[in-house]
Amino acid sequence: MLSRTAENLFWMARYMERAEATARLLTMGQRMAILPGAHHREEWRSVVRATGALNHFPEGAPVTESDAIAFLMLDIDNPSSIRSCLLKARANAKSARTMLTQDMWEALNEGWRKLDSYDVAEARQQLPALIDWVKTRVMTFRGAAHSGQLRNEGHDFLRAGSALERAQMTLRLLDVKYYVLLPETEVVGGNRDHYQWTSVLYALSGARAFHHVYGGTYTPWQITDFLMLNRLFPRSVAYCYDQLAYRLNRLAGWHDARSACHDTVRQMVADLEQLDSGEIFRAGLHETVQNGLMNTNRLGVEIAQAYHFG
Amino acid sequence: MFEPDGSIRPCYAEVQNWVERTGIAGLNRRMDEAEAIFRRIGITFAVYGEGGDPERLIPFDLLPRIFMAQEWRVLDKGIRQRARALNAFLHDVYHRGEIVKAGIMPADIIYQNSAYLAEMADFTPPGKVYSHIVGIDIVRTGPARFEVLEDNCRTPSGVSYMLENREIMTRMFPELFAQGVVAPVDDYPAELLKSLKEVAPPACRGDPVVVVLTPGSLNSAYYEHSFLADLMGVELVEPADLFVDDDRVWMKTTLGPKAVDVIYRRIDDEYIDPLVFRADSLLGVPGIFNVYRNGGVTLASAPGSGIADDKAVYIYVPDMIRFYLGEQPILDNIQTWQCGKPDECAYVLENLHELVAKEVHGSGGYGMLIGPKSTRDEIAAYADRIRANPGEFIAQPTLDLSTVPTLGPAAVVGRHADFRPYCLVGKQLRLVPGGLTRVALTEGSLVVNSSQGGGVKDTWVLQD
Repeated sequence: MLSRTAENLFWMARYMERAEATARLLTMGQRMAILPGAHHREEWRSVVRATGALNHFPEGAPVTESDAIAFLMLDIDNPSSIRSCLLKARANAKSARTMLTQDMWEALNEGWRKLDSYDVAEARQQLPALIDWVKTRVMTFRGAAHSGQLRNEGHDFLRAGSALERAQMTLRLLDVKYYVLLPETEVVGGNRDHYQWTSVLYALSGARAFHHVYGGTYTPWQITDFLMLNRLFPRSVAYCYDQLAYRLNRLAGWHDARSACHDTVRQMVADLEQLDSGEIFRAGLHETVQNGLMNTNRLGVEIAQAYHFG
Repeated sequence: MFEPDGSIRPCYAEVQNWVERTGIAGLNRRMDEAEAIFRRIGITFAVYGEGGDPERLIPFDLLPRIFMAQEWRVLDKGIRQRARALNAFLHDVYHRGEIVKAGIMPADIIYQNSAYLAEMADFTPPGKVYSHIVGIDIVRTGPARFEVLEDNCRTPSGVSYMLENREIMTRMFPELFAQGVVAPVDDYPAELLKSLKEVAPPACRGDPVVVVLTPGSLNSAYYEHSFLADLMGVELVEPADLFVDDDRVWMKTTLGPKAVDVIYRRIDDEYIDPLVFRADSLLGVPGIFNVYRNGGVTLASAPGSGIADDKAVYIYVPDMIRFYLGEQPILDNIQTWQCGKPDECAYVLENLHELVAKEVHGSGGYGMLIGPKSTRDEIAAYADRIRANPGEFIAQPTLDLSTVPTLGPAAVVGRHADFRPYCLVGKQLRLVPGGLTRVALTEGSLVVNSSQGGGVKDTWVLQD
């Protein structure tokens, strides 16, 4: 397959994944902002930081809900805004049009300019409906890909892009919220309660799943275990790494060639297998998460090199 | 749709029944449905420099344009004849120029023409085929009379609409096709692929690798490029995906370089190779023309094919048919005056108010004057342009075009239409029974170009 097409599919999947993740973060922001004492905690700032946009809002000034919605949903200059993600996913899809099924294309094409006409006030007023709309678009797209796309290398590039983006999203969320999960003696700020913990689970659509795995109680160890190490939860870092390894191995099979990215992903999976949540806390949750972000970034670069992305 | 005496033409009887059953209001509602389907699928059309919706829809008219079997038999023969003559002409002008030597065509019309590529001289493309897809724009000028408006020998567009219009019609109105009297057109992509494989270059080993070359996703016809690549099951490449090495053309794939045999290119001649043509072209593949001349790859259409569809050359196509094929033309040209000839120019200037005047090198319905629709000032200004550069203009009578039934807001109305079939040329000729019908949606208008407010409709060829 053309290298450009592979790159298009990889990024198309990443942008769709990112659009959905940003939508869920906005839901988390709204949920946390109505909790007592929310304005001390600067919830909207941490939501913005979880998208990877570090320095958009100057330190000191408060980030309001309107700021966050404008920046994360509508701002065309923010590469992670939902509007940017949907436009870029579609542009990538258009260039790789022949590799998409009709249903996948229709899911991307339907309403692709919808957000052009919204201003912040309107978007804020209709936020739940807009977020539902975004999630439905992404899920329709994903469903079309899962049920109809040929399982050739194109599908592997798409799924690899999706898994990489997802791993990074979970890692970034842990990165900005790690202090919420620190054990009692090391608490920073003293605001831990189970609303804070569950908000992280909600942001990853994992609250119900968590109950099924761990029962009704929350502890920082369990939540960290769930989001980092659980191999059944499809947004956990471990699951995403497994998925990346699986897709990259399939690509190595198609091409009968292995490169640096294959070694890196094998090492990432192996390293994570050595850990349990106790060890993560001993080594430092923050450091473990930073390490994961570094590895996934490196893996992205190595995939691009291995398959001659432009 | 109607005979001169007002009775319904037999081939439209079924459609007439359908219109009556459904009602005009009902049909207009279905029209909105059709538009929603088109937009969702993404069959859109970009018009450069006009702002507004960057991906607009071409209006689709629900009422099909119908050819009876006996009408199609004549068209089929005439179209194939013309496609053969145009390819014979191209081979001739890039070799011995017999038609000039025989005194049938003046040399300057060919050799002074910007569409003539000296770089093609003495080179014979595989199978002697230059124009692999010949699109011929035809109008009906009388009950059993069809005439040719112009030829398109480079990369005629619009065939995706032929296929999608049929797809929409069968999806929305399956009952109309239940009797099986409408000839199918859906094997066009397979026929195109066969034709392209038949012209593989000498360097090709094994099953030819065919690709479609597009300028990119911002091109107005990008939808069509991807659509055809998809239906043929071949790669859709952009110029940056290709490179030249060791007398072959390669595409960059995840497995490394892969040799390409036949390129159905939707990029104009002048942009195809910056080493030979426009050095500032960002769309080109450096060195590709040299590989082509050395038999390492086939370009479809051949560079320089545009000389055959030039409006100054068009006048001589009936002569080409007689000269190369020894046959009488089955389809006539529209009467055309060449302003380059003094006596014809004088006639044109005198009668401009009732003629259609065009630039020889223009396309897409731009830069033309429709005498009866223009003000006195517009006519005077256009006359000045002709006087300043007479060789650049031709004129044709405002045609007494027949109209086709078209859905209006309150009734079925008659609108002018033309018809473009797509004749495929490989080792043999192939022509699917159908084509693109373009319709002028404004009452009385003769301009059917989609860039100027024209629409499209499904075209039916009825089988015996």
